[in-house]
Amino acid sequence: MSNIPENLRYSKDHEWVLVEGENASIGITDYAQHALGDVVYVDMPRVGDKFGTHEAFGSVESVKAVSEVFTPIAGEVTEVNDSLNDTPEKVNSDPYGDAWFIKIKMDKPGEADKMLTGEEYEEYLAANA
Amino acid sequence: MSIKKVTQHPSQNEALIFERSQAGRIGYRLPKLDVVETNIDELLPAELRRDDDLDGVPEVSEVDVVRHFTRISTWNYSIDLGMYPLGSCTMKYNSRLNEKVARIAGFANLHPLAPEEESQGALELIYELQQDLAEITGLPGVSLQPAAGAQGEMTGVMLIRAFLDRRDGDASKDRRVMLIPDSAHGTNPASAALAGFSVKTIRSTAEGLTDMEHLKQVCDEGGVAGLMLTNPNTVGIFETNIKEICATIHASGGLVYMDGANMNALVGIARPGDMGVDVIHLNLHKTFSTPHGGGGPGCGPCLCTSALEPFLPVPRVIKAETPVGSVFSESSSSQSHFRLDFDRPESIGRVKAFYGNFGMMIRALSYIYTHGADGLKEATEAAVLNARYLSHLLQDDFDKPYAADPMHEVVFSHKKQSRKGVHTLDIAKRLIDYGFHPMTIYFPLVVEGAMLIEPTESVGRQDLDAFVEAMKDIDKEAQENPQLVIDAPHSTRIGRLDEASAARKPVLRWKPDQEVSAITA
Repeated sequence: MSNIPENLRYSKDHEWVLVEGENASIGITDYAQHALGDVVYVDMPRVGDKFGTHEAFGSVESVKAVSEVFTPIAGEVTEVNDSLNDTPEKVNSDPYGDAWFIKIKMDKPGEADKMLTGEEYEEYLAANA
Repeated sequence: MSIKKVTQHPSQNEALIFERSQAGRIGYRLPKLDVVETNIDELLPAELRRDDDLDGVPEVSEVDVVRHFTRISTWNYSIDLGMYPLGSCTMKYNSRLNEKVARIAGFANLHPLAPEEESQGALELIYELQQDLAEITGLPGVSLQPAAGAQGEMTGVMLIRAFLDRRDGDASKDRRVMLIPDSAHGTNPASAALAGFSVKTIRSTAEGLTDMEHLKQVCDEGGVAGLMLTNPNTVGIFETNIKEICATIHASGGLVYMDGANMNALVGIARPGDMGVDVIHLNLHKTFSTPHGGGGPGCGPCLCTSALEPFLPVPRVIKAETPVGSVFSESSSSQSHFRLDFDRPESIGRVKAFYGNFGMMIRALSYIYTHGADGLKEATEAAVLNARYLSHLLQDDFDKPYAADPMHEVVFSHKKQSRKGVHTLDIAKRLIDYGFHPMTIYFPLVVEGAMLIEPTESVGRQDLDAFVEAMKDIDKEAQENPQLVIDAPHSTRIGRLDEASAARKPVLRWKPDQEVSAITA
């Protein structure tokens, strides 16, 4: 079964969000990396780019397919994880840690509260995957 | 479990041509100089000459080169060798007759800049093919210029853009949303983006069809420029709501583009123009039996309604009312009717040099003439029948995510095998051991672990049965001895390649100081 940390919030598109004050980190879940297979490239936005809720901010390329990654919450990109350029395999090995994708300053603090909890995400996976 | 039928056998691997190099070996001998020898410095200044020692360029004889590449050429899998069930690619047989016709000297040696009156045969051929494709699709405007499916698609989307810009003027800028179903070909969003549209994804239903509720809801939001739809769609199912889909898009002021990649399911049976489609591309290298891929030229004709016709690329090939004059001969002018028409002020312009890949047009017309109207219809029926035969015989062993009878291709998933740790990639690799080219894998994206199988009409019952037998054997292996499948292929010179490392850290060319082991390890 997938690893689903309790301290994160989740989207139905398999992104996770870690809220820290008015900032948040975004990445993809263990389930997502497993479904994608070996990740070979991650396409990222630039610092300063602004995204609304559920907009494609980048893409993940695996040996199987290219998939878009969406912002579960709106905000402005403050930091991008450039290390994934050289070591995209971290998305497979450490999806919740080293392989965070972007950090954003949230437009609407509290928006992440509407996302799924770990428990709800686990139920969602059980029902749909 | 033993393999019952293998069409290729393993043998020694082949060294790179660089590794075959022997210092001092040459493939030529220059004749004795028959002019006065001149110092090179007097002919070419030193700064224009390369001064490196061409380190690493292989030193080999002619026969070394011929044998090396001939041996490698026998490793290829091709449609001339066996069944090639690559879904959505329509790998049908390319008949020898097409090749013979394409080599007729008058076609093969014709210069692309020859004047109209001396190119009448070629222009007539283009015109005839345009007429036939218009009849087959029910769409009267035709350009054979695009060199491939993606370019035909791009041309089609540009026609939509040009049409909206003329119809709506400035207001066209508020109509920039292109709708694309989640089962679409990956090139569709790229073409839409290049033509200045943003993409909204339309969901599929559990039955594998476009979600009408979602489509209507998105249309109500406004700004819809059009819809890019593949029919039959990429899960091989005919969009039975196609008329309602087109009507919905038209009611919202948009146009419908149909990706013609799957036309092999429709030729002679149903016409996109009759369904309400405004613009379509075809792939002559799929549906009309011209050679496919391998870096060779393709042809992706774009066809449209008369409303979109003014925007088609120039030059158009037309049949003139009056003969074209000839500067060379009075007599030949009486038969010169076919012209290149550049006078289309609303055209989006050229999309390809000259008139497209003419050699493909010859082969496609040869295919159409060979079959005739009845034959084309029969080919379509056989293509669909073959896919349904496979669908029926494999549905107990492999998970079939959509219950509907497929058209020309059928999608399965690895669900029944993945429990044993055997995934789609493993099944595809194991199929190589059985002598078949693998099916399309991991596409469409809406099916997890997708295996998309398109047998085409070119495969007879024996080959279909052999394929079914191979797939059933692989399923059995997956259940009883999964590691055998996971480690496949076993019969090839090189076993399972590390695709992830190849993509993450590609080695793109040989370098003199590179150890072979470092490349292949």
